[in-house]
Amino acid sequence: MHEQTVAQLAQGLRDKSFTSVELTRAYLQRISELDQNYNAFITVNEENALNAARTADQRLASGEATPLTGIPVAHKDIFCTRGMLTSCGSKMLGNFVPPYDATVISRFNEAGAIILGKTNLDEFAMGSSNENSHYGPVKNPWDTSLVPGGSSGGSAAAVAAMLAPAATGTDTGGSIRQPAAFCGITGLKPTYGRVSRLGMIAYASSLDQGGPLARTAQDCALLLNTMAGHDPLDSTSAVNAVEDYTLSLNKNLQGLKIGLPREYFGKGLDSATGEQVRAALKELEAQGASLVDISLPNSDLTIPAYYIIAPAEASTNLSRFDGVRYGHRCADPENLHDLYTRTREEGFGDEVKRRILVGTYALSAGYYDAYYKKAQQARRLIKNDFMDAFERVDIIAGPTTPGPAFGLGAKSDDPIAMYLEDVYTLAVNLAGLPGMSVPAGFVDSKPVGLQLIGPHFGEAQLLNVAHRFQQATDWHTRSPQAGGVV
Amino acid sequence: MAIEQDEIKKIAELARIRIADDQIGEVTQRITEILGMVDQLQAADTAGIEPMANPLDAIQRLRADEVTETNRRDAFQAIAPAVENGLYLVPKVIE
Repeated sequence: MHEQTVAQLAQGLRDKSFTSVELTRAYLQRISELDQNYNAFITVNEENALNAARTADQRLASGEATPLTGIPVAHKDIFCTRGMLTSCGSKMLGNFVPPYDATVISRFNEAGAIILGKTNLDEFAMGSSNENSHYGPVKNPWDTSLVPGGSSGGSAAAVAAMLAPAATGTDTGGSIRQPAAFCGITGLKPTYGRVSRLGMIAYASSLDQGGPLARTAQDCALLLNTMAGHDPLDSTSAVNAVEDYTLSLNKNLQGLKIGLPREYFGKGLDSATGEQVRAALKELEAQGASLVDISLPNSDLTIPAYYIIAPAEASTNLSRFDGVRYGHRCADPENLHDLYTRTREEGFGDEVKRRILVGTYALSAGYYDAYYKKAQQARRLIKNDFMDAFERVDIIAGPTTPGPAFGLGAKSDDPIAMYLEDVYTLAVNLAGLPGMSVPAGFVDSKPVGLQLIGPHFGEAQLLNVAHRFQQATDWHTRSPQAGGVV
Repeated sequence: MAIEQDEIKKIAELARIRIADDQIGEVTQRITEILGMVDQLQAADTAGIEPMANPLDAIQRLRADEVTETNRRDAFQAIAPAVENGLYLVPKVIE
């Protein structure tokens, strides 16, 4: 069962080939046997998952099921789950059991999906390797000496190792797409505001966006159908109507114009990775798409703008962790000041502290114009580049990452080197665009991702292109266990 | 740009994060490196460009001023480190 896609499992449940209880039990069994190798899960929802599966089986029998009824899904441990630990990878929330569900979780529950467990992540989603978790690093199922990427590393590893058929993630600067690329799976970061942020623990509120990770574009479409939509409880949630993302998956690519930003194929891109991405683009060309050379001239501003804006927003968001209302509190505080400063010293890890300090600096009196305002202006230039490009092309494509997964520990002592990992993904968040990573081959037996970027609310077209690509290629069907390496 | 240890101490105080004396040197070095990287931004010509706070340039939506939420104080206080009589407890603020 575990080798099937969400779409196949949904069919199997309808055909009565197996029940949701059997399916859920099979995944729980795999997690208990195999996750010691990967550390993808922080919490496994053993008892409640089987109860939910029983309810799902009744719903399937009654004929009132949705496409996700009875399907087990793993959730990044950044989405609040009522009555279940939600740690955000931090010691600060090591005892946090939320009294409410994130809207994303409520939507999956209403659809009848099963919460399999909560997946590991970089603390507060700050990282590109999943090495910043208080609960230990996640290991890449293709080679456990490699990182899975981050920050949704646990979700990506769980899907790649077939410990879950699909998972949720969040993407502030690449945190769905980069781990999807490193783990050889498919991941979608929707348009800013497409998926509710309520109950999704905030890192950088103008950039954060939840989305699906799965084995195929079709599965991502099924998950997005459940996740997307307006939420009156999130004031930044988009009111635009939600399409059925499965309807246009098969549309042919005749006449599609794909822009290739020359800045994404220049120095810094590993040459073998570049070759795989170009080969993938040839496949799309063979299906009738045309490849157009484009430029995103302000690409150089992306990393500096992001590393001002994201830390600035983080410093504000993370001020709520004060040891008073929930979460970690230091022992025997001498006074209120000591309570705040020692709670935060003990509760936050090094990278989180660095970003809070950089953000506090950028927002402090005398520096605001030089840093924060300047970065917000650069952000508009970056967005304008994309808007100009979408006058000429339908979608944009390139590599998801500069190279394949790197070794555990290889960059953990060098924050700047780690930041450069996200050079091709950050701009999408700054501009609020939807982006995908699709498996596109291997370099030295390590998966490589093709990134697809669309105009605002262009998710259906991205999923269509990704699906057509997957109909013609089999990279997404390779799996670590099956020895699918080329 | 170089940043002095005293300035990092000031920022850490603003952020309410205690930094142990034996770590202030390393933290200062790391923050200096990061600020050096983001300083590339200073070369960008942004004259006349409107700062962008929201990627869709959305503005805050208003809603009717109606009570929609129920009081769940007990549920929220059940997960607090210290409460008494429905109040959150903190160390004495006024001597």
